[in-house]
Amino acid sequence: MTTALPPETTARKRWMSVLARASTDAIDRCLRNAPALPDHVTLRGPEVGLVMLRGRAGGGGAQFNLGEMTVTRCTVRAGGQVGHAYIAGRDAGRAELAARIDAALQDPALHGALHEQVIEPLAQAQDAQRQATARQAAATRVQFFTMATMRS
Amino acid sequence: MSIDLPGFADPVSGSQSCFRATLEAMSRPGSLHQAGAGLTPPAPLDPATAGVLLTLVDTDTRLWLAPDCAAAAEWIAFHCGAAAHPAIGEADFVLATALPDLATLNAGTDSGPEESATVVLQVRGFGAGQALRLAGPGLREPTTLSADGLPEGFAAAWAANHALFPRGVDIILCAGTTIAALPRSLQITEA
Repeated sequence: MTTALPPETTARKRWMSVLARASTDAIDRCLRNAPALPDHVTLRGPEVGLVMLRGRAGGGGAQFNLGEMTVTRCTVRAGGQVGHAYIAGRDAGRAELAARIDAALQDPALHGALHEQVIEPLAQAQDAQRQATARQAAATRVQFFTMATMRS
Repeated sequence: MSIDLPGFADPVSGSQSCFRATLEAMSRPGSLHQAGAGLTPPAPLDPATAGVLLTLVDTDTRLWLAPDCAAAAEWIAFHCGAAAHPAIGEADFVLATALPDLATLNAGTDSGPEESATVVLQVRGFGAGQALRLAGPGLREPTTLSADGLPEGFAAAWAANHALFPRGVDIILCAGTTIAALPRSLQITEA
């Protein structure tokens, strides 16, 4: 995909992915300091389904089906905004919460506070976790350059 | 955006009760059944029309939308997963508020009569308009049905459709929260 996405789409993709990875507890903790979420109407779901994960393998990058994954999706309307969420697993409450926050984040009046109190702390925690895992993996990483040198 | 309106509050029991109503309506042609009560679909759809669509239409069915139903296309795509199909002659389902020419619809084949189109026709109401005399399988005695919104000369157009049996299209009439069905096996005359 070479087409550049509009900036608001990129921003929304980021917060939706942060919400999709966050646990209900972590979101609830952040919400305590944030303004209350507006009342909402559930438009679709939360409903559980399967998506096929596809991978690429081999020198040519041929596609193959890796397996099916459980996904829960939910769509809500809060105020004038429609919020969507797709999360891994079958936690309906978490999908609904993520969709509500997605809807609220599109409201200019709530965006600033919610972004600062919810999305940023969650994103930082997820980054720290990712880096910790990467450090652990790097510590036990095997370098194959020696073998490559021997072969040449 | 018309996706800011919900579908069935409880998709499983909602579509099951709507399916049962459609089944009963098809088995007893001309009888009136309740479907889609509680739904709040976008204009121009009535709750019954929306209920039938939510129950029968999905990503694997080709749905043709009449131009005056285009306002509901987004809602249908979101809740049913069905994008509007451009060719009426290939459609499995035809949604309209005015009867399309039945001869242009897919009537199925002799070896696959179940592949024919089903017309979901939204009418203004039942009990008014031209009275029709119905007879055929599912009816011990001939019965009458009047639907406000069927065109003049409907009985003649239907006779041509009925003559194709086992091929031919079926019609589900919807108004408000009420449905009635006209399966292809039905003989219809003006009462």
